[in-house]
Amino acid sequence: MITVRFFAMLKGLAKAESREYKIDAPITVAELKSILKKDFPALSSILDGRSILISVNQEFADKNTVIRDGDEVGLLPPFSGG
Amino acid sequence: MELVRIQRENFSINDEVERVKAASKGIGGVVVFLGAARDFSKGETITGLDFEHYPGMAEAKLKDIRERALKNFDIIEIGIVHRVGKIAIGEDIVLITAASAHRNEAFMACEWAITELKRTTPIWKSETTKGGEVWVSETP
Repeated sequence: MITVRFFAMLKGLAKAESREYKIDAPITVAELKSILKKDFPALSSILDGRSILISVNQEFADKNTVIRDGDEVGLLPPFSGG
Repeated sequence: MELVRIQRENFSINDEVERVKAASKGIGGVVVFLGAARDFSKGETITGLDFEHYPGMAEAKLKDIRERALKNFDIIEIGIVHRVGKIAIGEDIVLITAASAHRNEAFMACEWAITELKRTTPIWKSETTKGGEVWVSETP
């Protein structure tokens, strides 16, 4: 099982704080994005853009980063702290 | 108390400065950046703020900023405190306290740290306006 966490405005668009997925084998961030675009159409255009960062186990990831069973993925909209 | 923290409650600027100064008697200059909640944004009146963070990752990023500041600038200590949750207009949001033997490095480290915080730390702000709560998507 992997856990995908949504933050800030993405929570509102996804109408969820998180979603768990059972994966049979490791997948890449790019593959997970495709799954998320199908399951959360409201996130589709945002996931295609460059503004969203992805983290895997709380480290910044890129499209080729491999996600394994037990990992936590974060969908991070542009930061606005400070 | 840790020098780098994320917390809901307000902080005391004096206490944070003293905490950083306690690092060394060799400190000769302390530069502080204080971010406060203002009542306007992009022409809109703001009546309150609400900050969300990614627990664990946000703290780790702030600790990383402190470590890199200590490595890359000739400073003695630096503290970073950021609040989350609901923050009223006029209240304090973030405090960066940089201390060095001489002022110049503390000024540079302080400015670098707040810029880096805005760039790398998963914290998000929503503003309460007449039209409701709006997530701020980009930091100027």
